[in-house]
Amino acid sequence: MRSDRGQSAPLGLKIAAACGLLFLHLPILLIFVYAFTTEEKSFVWPPPGLTTQWFAVTWNRPDVWQALSLSIRVAAISTAIALVLGTLCAAAVSRTRFFGRETISLLVILPIALPGIITGIALRSAFALADIPFSFWTIVLGHATFCVVVVYNNAVARFRRTSGSMIEASMDLGADGFQTFRHVVLPNIATALLAGGMLAFALSFDEVIVTTFTAGQQQTVPIWMLEELIRPRQRPVTNVVAMVVVLVTLLPILLAYYLTRDGDQIAGSGK
Amino acid sequence: MISAVSFKQVSRHFGSVRAVDAVDLDIVPGEFFAMLGPSGSGKTTCLRLIAGFEQPTAGSISIFGERAEGVPPYRRNVNTVFQDYALFPHLNVLDNVAYGLMVKGVGKTERQKAAEEALSLVRLPGYGARRPGQLSGGQRQRVALARALVNQPKVLLLDEPLGALDLKLRENMQEELKSLQKALGITFVFVTHDQGEAMSMADRVAVFNDGRIMQVGTPEEIYQRPKTRFVADFVGSSNVLPPDFVQRYSGQHRWGSLRPESIRVTRAAKGDGVAARLVGTNYLGATTRLALDADGLRLHAVVPAGVALPVEGETVMLTFNRESLHLMDEPA
Repeated sequence: MRSDRGQSAPLGLKIAAACGLLFLHLPILLIFVYAFTTEEKSFVWPPPGLTTQWFAVTWNRPDVWQALSLSIRVAAISTAIALVLGTLCAAAVSRTRFFGRETISLLVILPIALPGIITGIALRSAFALADIPFSFWTIVLGHATFCVVVVYNNAVARFRRTSGSMIEASMDLGADGFQTFRHVVLPNIATALLAGGMLAFALSFDEVIVTTFTAGQQQTVPIWMLEELIRPRQRPVTNVVAMVVVLVTLLPILLAYYLTRDGDQIAGSGK
Repeated sequence: MISAVSFKQVSRHFGSVRAVDAVDLDIVPGEFFAMLGPSGSGKTTCLRLIAGFEQPTAGSISIFGERAEGVPPYRRNVNTVFQDYALFPHLNVLDNVAYGLMVKGVGKTERQKAAEEALSLVRLPGYGARRPGQLSGGQRQRVALARALVNQPKVLLLDEPLGALDLKLRENMQEELKSLQKALGITFVFVTHDQGEAMSMADRVAVFNDGRIMQVGTPEEIYQRPKTRFVADFVGSSNVLPPDFVQRYSGQHRWGSLRPESIRVTRAAKGDGVAARLVGTNYLGATTRLALDADGLRLHAVVPAGVALPVEGETVMLTFNRESLHLMDEPA
């Protein structure tokens, strides 16, 4: 086997790699720059002047706060639901063999494999059919469908690495089911759940498509941004909010990555 | 006297597989009992039935006189040393050992003291602060042992306890387990597929095959007087002799068993004995194992080192004492 250590890559390859990375990330930097521009009607390059006034303007806009608060509440509750259901499902699938186990596993993962628009339309017609008015809870339900998958995938991977005899050992030493869960199962899957939960939170936070189909008049942050782009008023406010969204979603994903990098893949992070 | 563990016609079927099939078994309190058999013979399922991880399909199990069916593992005064040790990776060694006392609600100082004592018992004092991942296989085994013993079980179950250890460690651990059992007086039940391990450690051995017990007895009984062809062959690889052959020497038309070490091999071309051709030799250090062909019947003989060996293909004479030929009760 040949070793590449200490040997530098050719210059052409370095340039190509740099260009690739710039292409991926420069537009994001552009958004950050436009948050400081003095031009409020359209995005012109270079910015005619720099200002921090948009932060104050954003701070004082109640619609921003409403959208942000709704997004955080939806993400938190969807994640909580996903944590409970995803863990239970993962435990059932990985610990016991029963008829239809593979099918259930597939059905759980399906919502993330399906395009969001299908999930959205399906949920919308189901809500209409059941005469459920669109509300905060319909958004939560919509988001929970794909949040469960993320938690489930992370939990299943961890359960597979956890020796089944550990649970038997706990029972053998006198712990009942609840004690075994509290003292053995939970500590062993905790980081996987934390990682899955953070990913679920981030996914819910920037979800657009399912939300458009399941929300009534409420606006989550991404929906608010879409609306904002149509109206040519105080445009940099959108950019300020975009910066916040990047931070709010990026940090949990980074944390999730660091928590599980020893072996577990962050399943479903591609959505 | 009440048995430590008693099986009455116990069966455990998994679908059409009869893992344990109508087993009767009585384990005496305070004995070191081995369940010996090839893999898939039902010995581990029997252990799991005692521990409570499996429930019998039929029959009844009692532990020190108490009915055990339907009693979950956490309500049985029985503890297990698992084959893979099953230590809790998120707890340090002391908390692992103290786990059983913790879930029973024993106070922190008291249970840590008991755990320290248990660690001293298995000769690992002062290892409490380490993580299971930092220990060697032999040390993990001892921690698993301490974790079970700290609960003062009435019966200690050991599932292939020495399977994962290397030879030297295994021999040491065999002696240690034996002396520990003598000192504590707890009934030990252990499962193994290694007949040497069963013979050297156990007071009594049950030989399993196909979900049934073939024979129960002291190691000597099992070795000297196997009841069935399976036992003769599995325990110490005895020569199993067909009825026609046996009839010539004992006058009875029954299956017989002849230990390889009971056969004397002489290089005389003629004489009183069984003529056989040498087809292979297997050097074992202190002894050499000879594979012989006596007119179509495959026999094995063991000769001590230092004896001049016949060459392969040579015809030799085999002799043995009539009393070393053991007649078996059952044909199977």
